[in-house]
Amino acid sequence: MEEEVRLMKGNEAIAHAAIRYGADGYFGYPITPQSEILETLEAEMPWETTGMVVLQAESEVAAINMVYGGAACGKAVFTSSSSPGISLKQEGISYIAAGELPALIINVMRGGPGLGTIHPSQSDYFQATKGGGHGDYHLIVLAPSTVQEMADFVGLGFDLAFKYRTPAMILADGIVGQMMEKVVLPPARPRRTPEQIAEQCPWAVTGRPATRRPNVITTLELDSAMMEKHNERYQQTYRLIEQNEVRYDEYMTSDAEYLIVAFGSIARICQKSIEDARSRGIKVGLIRPITLWPFPTEAIRQLSRRVKGVMVVELNAGQMIEDVRIAVEGRVPVCHFGRMGGIVPNPQEVLDSFIADFPDSRH
Amino acid sequence: MSKVLGAVEINRERCKGCDLCVVACPTDVLLLQPKEVNNRGYHFAFAADPDKCIGCASCAAVCPDACIEVYRMVVK
Amino acid sequence: MTPQDIIRPENKVYARPALLNENNMHYCPGCSHGVVHKLIAEVLEEMGLADKAIGIAPVGCAVFAYNYVDIDWIEAAHGRAPAVATAVKRLDPTRMVFTYQGDGDLAAIGTCEAIHAANRAENIAIIFINNGIYGMTGGQMAPTTLEGMKTSTTPYGRRVELNGYPLAITNLMTQLDGTCYVTRQAVHTPAAVRKTKAAIRQAFSNSMDGSGTSVVEVVSTCASGWKMTPVQANKWMEENMFAKYPLGDLKNTVQQ
Repeated sequence: MEEEVRLMKGNEAIAHAAIRYGADGYFGYPITPQSEILETLEAEMPWETTGMVVLQAESEVAAINMVYGGAACGKAVFTSSSSPGISLKQEGISYIAAGELPALIINVMRGGPGLGTIHPSQSDYFQATKGGGHGDYHLIVLAPSTVQEMADFVGLGFDLAFKYRTPAMILADGIVGQMMEKVVLPPARPRRTPEQIAEQCPWAVTGRPATRRPNVITTLELDSAMMEKHNERYQQTYRLIEQNEVRYDEYMTSDAEYLIVAFGSIARICQKSIEDARSRGIKVGLIRPITLWPFPTEAIRQLSRRVKGVMVVELNAGQMIEDVRIAVEGRVPVCHFGRMGGIVPNPQEVLDSFIADFPDSRH
Repeated sequence: MSKVLGAVEINRERCKGCDLCVVACPTDVLLLQPKEVNNRGYHFAFAADPDKCIGCASCAAVCPDACIEVYRMVVK
Repeated sequence: MTPQDIIRPENKVYARPALLNENNMHYCPGCSHGVVHKLIAEVLEEMGLADKAIGIAPVGCAVFAYNYVDIDWIEAAHGRAPAVATAVKRLDPTRMVFTYQGDGDLAAIGTCEAIHAANRAENIAIIFINNGIYGMTGGQMAPTTLEGMKTSTTPYGRRVELNGYPLAITNLMTQLDGTCYVTRQAVHTPAAVRKTKAAIRQAFSNSMDGSGTSVVEVVSTCASGWKMTPVQANKWMEENMFAKYPLGDLKNTVQQ
C-alpha cells in the first residue's frame, strides 16, 4: 500500500495506521467513543493481507493481558479503550511496565468518573501521566489534537515503546476520535519476521532454541534488594525518556505576554481564542504539550520567565495545571479554565475566562 | 529362569523426605533415614533393603522432586 | 550382585528429565506441583517440543514454575493466563502454548478468561492443579474447597449457605464447544502418574494439531495447607476429593 490521502475519523485513522505500520496484533473490547478502532480493523481483515491478528476479547482485562502476552513475544501489539475500560486495564498496564515490554495503549477519553458519559473529556490526565496502576512507573503519553496525529502517533508510539521497552499510550479524547479530517496515511511496511524479532528483541519469549537460556517474562521478585534494582533500572529508563523525548508545539509565543497551555482537541479551540484575543490586542501564545509524559516542563519554565500569566485549559477540573505550576515555580499567576462531564467550550468562553482571570491583559 | 534386578540412585540433597516413594514402593525397599538429615534438614529416603528392588520406577514416578533415578537389568 | 553392578548407564530405566533444571523446587515436601512439573518436562522432551514450548505461569505457588522447567515462560497476572496464552498462540500458531494454573487462578479470579479462551477453541493446553485450597497465601478457601473443609478463611469448615458450593469447573468446560479434551487425573500413585502423563501428552498433541482447547485437571494435595503429612494428604484426597472430583476423561472429541 502506497501513501494515501483519505477523509476519516480519528479512530479509523488509528486502525489504518496500525495495519500500515506492520502491527502484529490488536486485542480490544467495545466501548464508546472508540469502538471504530476494532470495527475498522475487523472490516479491513488485515489477517488476510499482513497477517495481523485482530481479536475481540471478552473484557478489557483479557484484552490488556493478551497485549501483555503478545508483547512478551516481542510482537508489536496494541489495545484501545475509553476511560472506564482503561481503568480496568490498569493492572495489566502495570505488569507490562514492570515486564519492560513494548506495547501501545490507546485511550479515547470520555467524561467520568464512574460510567460517566460517552462525550469527550480529558479527565484521565492524572491516570495516564502519573502511572495509573500500582507501582512506580510511567507511560510515554502522546496527546494527539488532529486526525493526522492519531495516525502518526501509532507509529511513533510503537517506535518509542520498542526503543525504551516500555508501554506507550495515545491519550486522545472523544473529539479527536470521532471527528473526520483529511489524513495522510503512511505507506505500508512489512511486519517484522521472526528472525528480526529474535535479533531486535533477544529477551522475547519465542520458544527456546537449544542455543540460548530460557527467556522468562516475569514481574515477580521476592528479593527486595533485587526488586529495588529493577526499580532503579525502570527509573533510569524514565530519566532517559525525559531527556530525549519531550515533544510540544508552540503557537504565537514569540511575542506573547500571556500563555495558554492546553493539549489535545481543546488546544485547537484555544488557537481560535488566541486569534480572537490578538485581534483585541491581547498578546497570548499557546504551548501544546504533545508528550504529556515526559512533560515539557523546561519549555514552560522558560516561557514563564517572560510572560505575565498562564492559563491552563483542559476538559477536566484541573489536572495538567499541577504540572504547569511545577514548571512555572510560582513566578506568575497560573489559572485554570475547564469544562467537565463531556462539555466542550467554544473559543469565546475560553477568551472570556481568560479576560476575567487577567483583566489587565487588555491594554 | 530369568530374574529382574533393580537399583535406585537417590539424590539425598534434593530429597525433602516426603515419604511418598516409601509408600509407593511395592517391595518395601525404601525408608526415610530415621536420624540422619541432609543439608536442608530433611530425613532423606534411602534403599534400606536394596536387594528387593525390581527397578519398577514407582518411587521415581511419584517423587515430586525428581530425586530418584532407576536402573534395571535382567539376569538369565 | 550389588546395586553398584546394576547402576550402569545401559541399565537406566528412569532418568530425571533434562528439561528439569538443577534448581531445588521451593514447594513443600510431597507437593503435587513437583510431579506435574516433572511430567511436563518429560512430555515436552519426548515429543521434541522443548524449542516450541511457551508456558504461562499463574499466580499461586506455581508462579515460580519458570525456575524449574527450562523453556520460555511468561508469568501472568492472577487468573489471566488463558488470555496471555490466547495472544501467544494466535501470534505464532507453530508454538506449543500451555497454561499452568491453580484452582484460585483458574476457577475463581480467572473463570472468565478460562471459559472464554476454551469457548474460542484456542489451541492451548490448560494444566489445572486442583488442591481445594490457596497454598501460596497461606491456606485460604478456594472455589474448589469441599463442603465442610477447614481452611484459614473457613476455620469451621466451608458452609454452602455462606460460601456457595465447591466448583467443578472442568465439568463446566466440557459444555463448551471449543474444548476437545477435558480430563481429570491425579498423581498420588505410580499408575495415576502414568495416566496424567498420557493426558498431558494428548493435550499437547491436540494443541499442536489445532484441535481446540484441552484441559487436564490434576486433583492434587496441599499437605501444608491441609495440615497433614504428604501420605495422609494422599489418603484424604482419595477418600474426600475424588467423591466430588472423580477421575477420568470428561470429554474427548479427538480421534485417536
